[in-house]
Amino acid sequence: MITLTKNAVRALVVAGALAVSSAGAMASGEGGHHYVKQDWSFAGPFGKFDKAQLQRGFKIYREVCSSCHSMDYVAFRNLGQDGALGFTEDEVKAIAAEYEVEDGPNADGDMFTRPGKPFDHIPSPFPNVEAAAAANGGKAPPDLSLIAKARAASVGPDVGIEVFNDILRLIWHPLTTYQEYGPDYIFALLTSYEETPEDLKEVVGDKYYNPAFGSGVAIGMAPPLSDELVEYTDGTPMTTEQYARDVTAFLMWAAEPKLEERKHVGVNSLIFLVVLSFLLFFTKRKLWSGVKH
Amino acid sequence: MATSEREEPTRRDFLYIATGAFGAVGAAALAWPFIDQMNPDASAVALSSIEVDISSIEEGQSLTVKWRGKPVFIRHRTQNEIDEAKAVNVADLRDPQTDEERVKPGMEQWLIMIGICTHLGCVPEGQKGDYDGWFCPCHGSHYDSAGRIRKGPAPLNLQLPPYEFVSDTLIKIG
Amino acid sequence: MSGHSTFEPQNGFLKWMESRLPIAGLVHSSFIAYPVPKNLNYYWTFGAILAVCLVAQIVTGIVLVMHYAPNTALAFASVEHIMRDVKWGWLLRYMHANGASMFFIAVYIHIFRGLYYGSYKAPREVVWILGVVIFLLMMATGFMGYVLPWGQMSFWGATVITNLFSAFPYVGDMIVTLLWGGFSVDNPTLNRFFSLHYLLPFMLVGVVALHIWAFHVVGNNNPTGVEVKDSKDTVPFTPYYTVKDIFAAVVFLVFFAWMMFMVPNFMGHPDNYVPADPLVTPPHIVPEWYFLPFYAILRAIPDKLGGVLAMFGAIAVLFVLPWLDTSKVRSMNYRPLGRQFFWIFVVVCIGLGYLGGKPAEGGYILWARIFTVYYFAYFLVILPVLGFIEKPKPLPASINEAVLAKHGASAAAEAKA
Repeated sequence: MITLTKNAVRALVVAGALAVSSAGAMASGEGGHHYVKQDWSFAGPFGKFDKAQLQRGFKIYREVCSSCHSMDYVAFRNLGQDGALGFTEDEVKAIAAEYEVEDGPNADGDMFTRPGKPFDHIPSPFPNVEAAAAANGGKAPPDLSLIAKARAASVGPDVGIEVFNDILRLIWHPLTTYQEYGPDYIFALLTSYEETPEDLKEVVGDKYYNPAFGSGVAIGMAPPLSDELVEYTDGTPMTTEQYARDVTAFLMWAAEPKLEERKHVGVNSLIFLVVLSFLLFFTKRKLWSGVKH
Repeated sequence: MATSEREEPTRRDFLYIATGAFGAVGAAALAWPFIDQMNPDASAVALSSIEVDISSIEEGQSLTVKWRGKPVFIRHRTQNEIDEAKAVNVADLRDPQTDEERVKPGMEQWLIMIGICTHLGCVPEGQKGDYDGWFCPCHGSHYDSAGRIRKGPAPLNLQLPPYEFVSDTLIKIG
Repeated sequence: MSGHSTFEPQNGFLKWMESRLPIAGLVHSSFIAYPVPKNLNYYWTFGAILAVCLVAQIVTGIVLVMHYAPNTALAFASVEHIMRDVKWGWLLRYMHANGASMFFIAVYIHIFRGLYYGSYKAPREVVWILGVVIFLLMMATGFMGYVLPWGQMSFWGATVITNLFSAFPYVGDMIVTLLWGGFSVDNPTLNRFFSLHYLLPFMLVGVVALHIWAFHVVGNNNPTGVEVKDSKDTVPFTPYYTVKDIFAAVVFLVFFAWMMFMVPNFMGHPDNYVPADPLVTPPHIVPEWYFLPFYAILRAIPDKLGGVLAMFGAIAVLFVLPWLDTSKVRSMNYRPLGRQFFWIFVVVCIGLGYLGGKPAEGGYILWARIFTVYYFAYFLVILPVLGFIEKPKPLPASINEAVLAKHGASAAAEAKA
């Protein structure tokens, strides 16, 4: 039994360290910026979206982000589904109708525009990627539907030695169900614009200095948020930081609209499986009680 | 000794049965997502109702629209067609239905039906056949000007989709 | 599958069937009456866990194909359609994607168990070789499956891995063109990968059946490495090991469920949520984690062909392992020296996995080279030489004796306390 336990500990190290690499892969490429883990209502096994926050975030997306960034995979009907922004069916219809959507061809073979319907997807600001690139200095602004899962901040325990950090984070992330590396990155990005330091003026050029940007420190996007930019009617502070938090939560919802369902089903499945393993453990012990092994 | 021998199997059996039953429930619950995934998905459900503007359909004309992947005939009937449909003796029909049951009250010039022959699923041709209605070329079913089966192998009248008039010129199907 | 059957049909229909197609007898002799050493530890449950993984991957895979579109214009969107619109689609896709990682975690434990307890030695060479074939098929299937979502890592992973074949002189470029069906990774590549990704799991089922057949002929190895002597050493597979395997599998499912429900993207890469773009390479391309040790070996060699040969060689060497290990003793429990080298080998493999995920520069490269040397030395030098110089501990006369000795020792300890 002692050798078994010893072996088991070693095996755990095997399984663990084999996956270090994926965390290691995740951690790299983010440069040396120190990202900070934020508190999100949707984090953890029982996490849920804050509907009021999602609605505020959607407002910011509409009034700010959507002038450059598309959101191809989100349909208006999604805004009203379970675990989403909490809009009623009529509110969703009204929101959709505020957009002009291209449809067609009609009986004459012409494309036409009409008010949006719930089944339509949120229209893109540009007709195609080429137009988006041309209007934005040669590089199309990325689609935002999945951005919260397509970016990663490297956060976690820091003991100052890279290998140990990687191993600790490898264990720490799954153990604490940390999956908010995307939101943490976006929040950091939106709140880390600074004056370009003198020695980097040449590197940054006509771009903007942002030390949280994943690939280099020069980002093409001008600082999108500023205090008092978007009108909040529910008394939430109208600060850059609050805007960043709200729009990030909305982007996480857009990337993972079934998050609440997943966590709910997940917790129930885990409880079920743990109970079943106990039953099986006692069954197995009973069965083997007569056999020396 | 004797008592413990009697008790022992019962307790053990209970444990085995509880474990087995618990496992079976789990297996059944796990099977459900694999079955349910074959149901229409959210994007299909979202498209399951459509609105059609009928203002441009002149009397005596038809429009075919696609609803849930099927053709829907929207027929602006002539007075002659309506009269013909009403003149039929309902008792003689294979699938007895009055003309009133086939249209909305006050809107009887509008006949709105799913354009699929109730025989084996072909699409009938409009204003053909022996009864001034529809004719299915696949196996020769004749429908009248209210879409009722009159002759041929089809067992039932052409189906009516759920629809309502949002206004005089706009209908919502589904 | 062990030939002789003790199955006795209970009713007329079974008798009638048994004399025509003796399938009930086959199941009975293979999975019910089949005698198994009674001293197997929990590492031996990973065979059953792997069977669960394979079935889970096939079932979720078949269901996903009902919604997936293998076309470069549609693939990425169809995966998002599964995640957002299809009923339970998020569950099925996360189950399949994380299931692949679970499959590899289980297979690596299974392989290291075989290495530790000498399960590859005579008469189990064919069992082992079939196992390596299964491992190869799994890697091919996993790689092609990762391409299907058509994200950035899918595309660039496919580009890098297919380009490996261009290292071979004369025929290299021809092979690569053949794999691509074009002049780069594109729609034809995606289509053929999809076709093969659907085919290979069924070939896996076939080879797994052979693998099971083969070890039912020679019997299970066990932690002592001593062959079964008589019926005192064994218990029937059912109910003893069926229940133990099911218990272990459910515990494994707790881990699986935790990963797929709580951190479903932990073992994936953020870049694969960006649609494939043939004009932009991600700054840091890494394959799935389960290829990283081999990827590290590839990058450790500063020569294109040399790296590719080393990488394929790292797997090829497993095929001849039964004839490289010269020790008469199977289980490392009785090999004091071999055990030390084995655990160093485990650390080296983990280390290679770690280095495979790091950028190929500086100290990382140096460590990858040291580890690569040890990886090959373990098979080609250490195991062959050790058999001649190592003095193994005395083996028990039988499994039963080893079990009794263990229980005797603990009983004595209890009595003392």
